[in-house]
Amino acid sequence: MLERDVPQEGNSTLAGHRKAVYALAEDGKLRRVPSRGWEVEEIVTRQAVEDLEQRAESALARARAGETSPLEYHMYRARMDVELLSQTTGLWRWRIRRHFNPAVFARLPLALRRRYAAALGIPVEALDTVD
Amino acid sequence: MPTTFAHAHASHCESGVMSSLLTHHGLPLSEAMAFGLASALSFAYLPFVRINGLPLVSYRMPPRAVIRGLERILSLGMRFETFGSPERGMARLDELLDSGKLVGLQTSVFWLPYFPPDLRFHFNAHNLLVYGKEQEEYLISDPVAETAVRCASADLQRARFAKGALAPKGLLYYVTRPPALPDWPQLGRRALARTVRVMLAPIPLVGVRGMRILAGRVARLPLEDGGTRARMYIGNIVRMQEEIGTGGGGFRFLYASFLQELAGTTGYAALDALAARLVEIGDRWREFALAAARMIRAREALAPSALAERLRALAGDEERFFRDLDRAQRAWAR
Repeated sequence: MLERDVPQEGNSTLAGHRKAVYALAEDGKLRRVPSRGWEVEEIVTRQAVEDLEQRAESALARARAGETSPLEYHMYRARMDVELLSQTTGLWRWRIRRHFNPAVFARLPLALRRRYAAALGIPVEALDTVD
Repeated sequence: MPTTFAHAHASHCESGVMSSLLTHHGLPLSEAMAFGLASALSFAYLPFVRINGLPLVSYRMPPRAVIRGLERILSLGMRFETFGSPERGMARLDELLDSGKLVGLQTSVFWLPYFPPDLRFHFNAHNLLVYGKEQEEYLISDPVAETAVRCASADLQRARFAKGALAPKGLLYYVTRPPALPDWPQLGRRALARTVRVMLAPIPLVGVRGMRILAGRVARLPLEDGGTRARMYIGNIVRMQEEIGTGGGGFRFLYASFLQELAGTTGYAALDALAARLVEIGDRWREFALAAARMIRAREALAPSALAERLRALAGDEERFFRDLDRAQRAWAR
């Protein structure tokens, strides 16, 4: 890649930041060149982010319909999955899945709700609703 | 507090951290030299490590390979500390900063507020340097950021003590004995030999064999669901190659820069021609990424077999390249 070919496409995913890439300068030497982004990177990053956002949206709709607990929505909103939430809270995966049941979730003791809230980085009151 | 510390922008966090750390301790070393001397270039396809249901594809050696590699070959004195309690971990950081140390940290990316929101994933092996503290804010040199940044204490604590795969456990590190002036030809030769050994390793999943196995998997991606899963799968490969601070072309340009610099430092000109060849290979990786992205956005028909063909061609190119690098390295050794 030549220095003048380094993409400067202003990726939304970089939010105004520039990343360093290496490219050939006129003298044939490789140099570090700041880049405003390449559409290819934007496409694959948005793809991964949108996948997580879709999971959160689906969980949100199901939580509103009473089919899952707010916990599932907050988990995806924190870009986590059951595996990662399990590692973060130290709870078994099957227990977390059980807490996706709105009836079980409604009876959750404060200690467990605190544990989830801390892992997700939200206040404990926020855990109870999807709004 | 280290008053003379200068932030430098880098493409990759770990080699950027080591470049700044060593430069600060009297051994000016570029990011490319840090990366190359630590033999950090690689390729690995690890189907049993899954992230959001997708296999791990990596273009470099595992996290901490650069730090540990440089520590060993430069006979540096370094101290690594992890902590059971976040409070102790933060107190120790403050203590080290007060004593004037430049401190490296392993953190999660997700909890760092200065990162662009779309790039905040739960990746736990990010590296950054802390060079001071003002009130409740840490002064941070994050190599992938263009300028020095600040981070509130509570956020940094969260990032240092994130859980999950590769959990940092508050890991911090600092230099206790500055590096000796290296014997560049010897270090360079050994570094090349190590990278050749990994790239041509006679084991599957690693090096050029890993590329060929990945090509086989890509060729067989199921398309029954309209290609949704196949698109996620190839998107993940491209993300690991281009988006996760690689300097472009899955670290190939960065490594080429190392070869050029090593040629300049040691006067072994054979490496210059090899650097030029590796740049061409890096360009071909970029073409692979472009083709994949066009298929993801359906600007081009989804054809996993065409991408697999490109991967196989790249494996062939890299196999020839690393054989020639091996020859150059042996000829250099005399």
